[in-house]
Amino acid sequence: MTALLRADGIRKAYGGVQALGGVTVEVAEGTVAGLIGPNGSGKTTLFNVITGYERPDAGRVFLGGTEITNARPGTVFAAGIGRTFQLTRIFARLTVEENMLVAGRRKRGHDRRRARELLEFVGLERHAGLPAGSLSYGQRKLLELGYVLVADPAVVLLDEPAGGVNPTLVTHIADRIRQLNANGTTFLIVEHNMEFVMGLCSTITVLASGEVTASGPPDVIRSDRRVLDAYLGADLEEDPDTDADGPGAPDGGGGDGETGDAADGS
Amino acid sequence: MIGERGAKAGGLVLLVAAAVAFPLAFPDPAVTNYGVFAMIFVTAASAWNVFSGYSGYISLGHAVFFGSGAYAMGIAARDWNITGAAVFELLPLCAAVGAAIAVPFGLIALRVRRHTFIVITIAIFFIFQLMAFNFSFTGGSAGLSSPFLTWQESVYDTRFYYIALACAAGAVALSWLVRRSSFGLRLRAIRDDEDRASGLGVRAMRVKLSAFAASAGLTATIGAVWFYYVNQVQPQTGFDPLFDLTVVLMTFLGGYGTIAGPVLGALLVEPGTLWLNTQPQLAGASEIVLGVVFLVVVLFVPRGIIPTGGEWIRRLR
Repeated sequence: MTALLRADGIRKAYGGVQALGGVTVEVAEGTVAGLIGPNGSGKTTLFNVITGYERPDAGRVFLGGTEITNARPGTVFAAGIGRTFQLTRIFARLTVEENMLVAGRRKRGHDRRRARELLEFVGLERHAGLPAGSLSYGQRKLLELGYVLVADPAVVLLDEPAGGVNPTLVTHIADRIRQLNANGTTFLIVEHNMEFVMGLCSTITVLASGEVTASGPPDVIRSDRRVLDAYLGADLEEDPDTDADGPGAPDGGGGDGETGDAADGS
Repeated sequence: MIGERGAKAGGLVLLVAAAVAFPLAFPDPAVTNYGVFAMIFVTAASAWNVFSGYSGYISLGHAVFFGSGAYAMGIAARDWNITGAAVFELLPLCAAVGAAIAVPFGLIALRVRRHTFIVITIAIFFIFQLMAFNFSFTGGSAGLSSPFLTWQESVYDTRFYYIALACAAGAVALSWLVRRSSFGLRLRAIRDDEDRASGLGVRAMRVKLSAFAASAGLTATIGAVWFYYVNQVQPQTGFDPLFDLTVVLMTFLGGYGTIAGPVLGALLVEPGTLWLNTQPQLAGASEIVLGVVFLVVVLFVPRGIIPTGGEWIRRLR
């Protein structure tokens, strides 16, 4: 498969601290790719460079063969890359439905219909008229995913979509990603919840201290000694079948104490 | 059962009817004078809210546009020898002058945010006040006087009231249109998270600048009306620092970022201020009262009367 998104030799340093030391990541069209690594390994910095929120010191970014290095975030979004943030960035004083319309660029009626469809898709249609600031953390994650989708991006970068979300919503989010992927959307996901990543992604890239440590399918990553030493630790080594239940299994990580069904968590 | 929309529509019709009937019900010019100033400030506060209330950029430099509108009217009427009611045909020109000034002003000030933006607006305000003091075409410290209007004294205030009411209606209509439009949605998205909005393709500078210019145009228009009503403008009255503080207080009191908030705030504050200023035993008290009201609003009803009142009503239901 051809690479739809390619970040090639990305370097980024803050003062004397190297965040990325020549990272190359490829995401094939129609796949769900994972990006894992310990805190401070450069995952979010790479997302920021790809989406134009930060400028790389060196390296280039391509989307479908078109170079988008140093393009502004709005231009990157218009080119077809949507992203969510580790700490959700919704428009808290707008209603849920209004949030969905911020990224809309077609006729108002079309955008509104699309927004309604997507709210239903992510399970927030009953909250459409509420201020977005009143949503739970997990619902905010869904809303952020939803409003990014309004523009029908070719690639969606999700920064810890399951982080701090209750297990029920984690399953709901994973289901939505699978469904979107089945319809052709490509994903690159940063996530600490290993069950979530192993269950969803077809390829995984491991970052450590701003360098790519390993890259390959989940089975290869799971058994890579360097990865186990650097990041995954003993859990997966001791329990190699943890992804058998898929993301959102009852013992899935990252719960924030929210309860309730799917997107109705309060 | 009358729904919420029906109640709102009914309330609006009553409000418009009351506003139209006000000078007929209270023909005393002293009372109509209260109405004229109230409408001037309904316009100014609504115009300020169209930019600052929706974008979150608190401008303390809108007196630049108010004064510029007043001076534009005075200079154009003087230099082109326009007299009588024909001067009001200059109002679109005054609006254009305000909007034109807003473009370079905005291109400088809108590059920064929050307190830095506020400081720059204040700095630009003082530059304009100083220019008005020092340029000859503005009349220097003596300012400008308006040409004589040949209206009978009995209808003078009433006519100005209706002119100011028309401006107020226009300002509220603009506020309503902006609030409901996709342009207004982008403006409010900028208020919540400008970087994120830009990341979703919102052209933040263009949106902010357009709102700033529209707001400036309206403020300049009402500044021109005010000039003719009070018959003169001087640098310290046209470019008055208290203007912005008053407009900000009105908007915060009524409800920042709402359509009705600035209207309610202006209707409460302006007549109250005028009344205090006419009480000899309370000379100078209006500024103190304004300050106290500002403190009370910020401490106890930071979102303003309309949003807080609406919340209380919803809870009671």
